[in-house]
Amino acid sequence: MSADTLHTSANGHDHGHDDHAHGDHGHDGAPHGSLRGYLIGFLLSVILTAIPFALVMTGKLDGTTTAVIVLAMAAIQVVVHMVFFLHMTTTAEGGWSFLALLFTVIVIVITLAGSIWVMYHMNANMMPAAIAEAMSQQ
Amino acid sequence: MSAQTFEATANGEAPLFYEVEEHHHPEGASTMLGFWMYLMSDCLIFAILFACYAVLGRSYGGGEGPRELFELPLVALNTAMLLFSSLTYGFAMLTMERPGASVRAVQGWLIVTGLFGLAFLCIELYEFSNLIHEGAGPWRSAFLSSFFTLVGTHGLHVTVGLIWLVTLVVQIGMHGLGQANRRRLMCLSMFWHFLDVIWIGVFTIVYLMGVLG
Repeated sequence: MSADTLHTSANGHDHGHDDHAHGDHGHDGAPHGSLRGYLIGFLLSVILTAIPFALVMTGKLDGTTTAVIVLAMAAIQVVVHMVFFLHMTTTAEGGWSFLALLFTVIVIVITLAGSIWVMYHMNANMMPAAIAEAMSQQ
Repeated sequence: MSAQTFEATANGEAPLFYEVEEHHHPEGASTMLGFWMYLMSDCLIFAILFACYAVLGRSYGGGEGPRELFELPLVALNTAMLLFSSLTYGFAMLTMERPGASVRAVQGWLIVTGLFGLAFLCIELYEFSNLIHEGAGPWRSAFLSSFFTLVGTHGLHVTVGLIWLVTLVVQIGMHGLGQANRRRLMCLSMFWHFLDVIWIGVFTIVYLMGVLG
């Protein structure tokens, strides 16, 4: 798989486009999964889903610890899905799909962090005076 | 003219700064990359809806919050449905890639996937109708507006995926597993797994973190 992709980039611009057609198994040059890969991905996903649900439903740990574990497991599970189900590699399609993914992740981080940050401060600083006073007296 | 100044290069030829020859593009060679680009832009739609929920998700308008409204066992069941459907779609793809793959076997796995997807949608609609019956519709509070928009948009994607899936089951039944149909199945595969990735965000941020408070 990676040999094909290396071949594509080594060829430069002359035949790069043609190579997509006779990539891995004769179609589209996209990587494919194996039964083992899908099963590993599925098992990991089940574990990474069951643990956060169990933690929140039983409430065994305190709030902050649970939140950190839940968010961490979600992040890991996203990577598991990307690797085992979407067959994401850094070399698929000559690296372009990975580049697009990186760009998207950057935009998402800016969008989410920016929105939460700005709106939090808006809420804190632009509250109507009466409510702000009432809250400061509490 | 600037072109003339370039003519005096070492071998007497004007240098070219762009490719002159037309590339030969085999049909569908760039479809997968193009579809991936679409998925990434779809990702941005969800990122914005998640940002909306993150900003508005605590504005209950004096009404009930996630802890009172959400039923986690139902959400867990929903998550399982989508995860099973991802696995069975994987099986459909593996069956398709085998040499001499039978159309019937691929159709079978696709139908199983579709049934899991349908179960997911039914559970979600049941949840939505329950919420609306309890008076917690999207009009009740900013929290519920953003909740229904985010989860509803995901549900809409699953619905479109189901329509696409049924179309392809019929399509491969009529025309077999040719190159074009394989490509379509691979696009839907990416779409379907992508929806499962989005759902990870939904059940974590909306349901689990919501109930956690």
